[in-house]
Amino acid sequence: MKPAFRPAVAILAALLLGGCASFHPVRVQPWERAKLADELMNPRRAPLDTAFAEHILLSREGSAGGAGVGGSGCGCN
Amino acid sequence: MKCKPKLGALVLFGVVLCAGARADVRIGARFPTLETAAFTGGLPATAGKIVLVDFWASWCAPCRDSFPFFTRLQQDYGARGFIVVAISVDEKAADFEGFVKRFKPGFATGRDHEQRLVREVKVPAIPTSYLIDRAGRLRSIHEGFRGKPTETALRKTIEALLAERN
Repeated sequence: MKPAFRPAVAILAALLLGGCASFHPVRVQPWERAKLADELMNPRRAPLDTAFAEHILLSREGSAGGAGVGGSGCGCN
Repeated sequence: MKCKPKLGALVLFGVVLCAGARADVRIGARFPTLETAAFTGGLPATAGKIVLVDFWASWCAPCRDSFPFFTRLQQDYGARGFIVVAISVDEKAADFEGFVKRFKPGFATGRDHEQRLVREVKVPAIPTSYLIDRAGRLRSIHEGFRGKPTETALRKTIEALLAERN
């Protein structure tokens, strides 16, 4: 019967996991956030476009109020 | 003594984790040279002075609020051997120049045009202020700018550092 625990495998796994811990492929550093802070990244930068898109969504989904107004759209408020 | 492979693997994992940890500038350590940043009118003389190094960016809203305060700090403590050195991390020179033109800082400003200094310091947030004593050692880090609480904390630390020699 094979042993249940193999130290060499455990050490290899620890090294591999350690490598993952020190690697941040999607970490945007604080000084690299100029593009994220750009007004173009604001999804509500054009109020008229936002209102129009919300109107289409509400009509299509039949969920008046579901885009953020008071109540839950059930008509009970 | 009985060997414990599981414990050994756990310790090794911990050691590897520590090796991958951030190696930023620590309190008490010498602050990296500011010469890598390009300063408007050249790098100001900082030797023997209490230096507040502020990392900022034109796209950072709290940085706009911090500039008038740093101007007041420079006016209040400048004669006692204190200097504010504000370093922009803007990638575009035009963004830096536009901000400086608009907010007219009463202190030295420069741009870390290749972002070498900011990478070396590993600034945790924009803005962040570093207070360096007369010997060039980092004494305090103030992350972000939150108005009055930050102003009070910075003034308290600056006055303590100024009092060390007097």
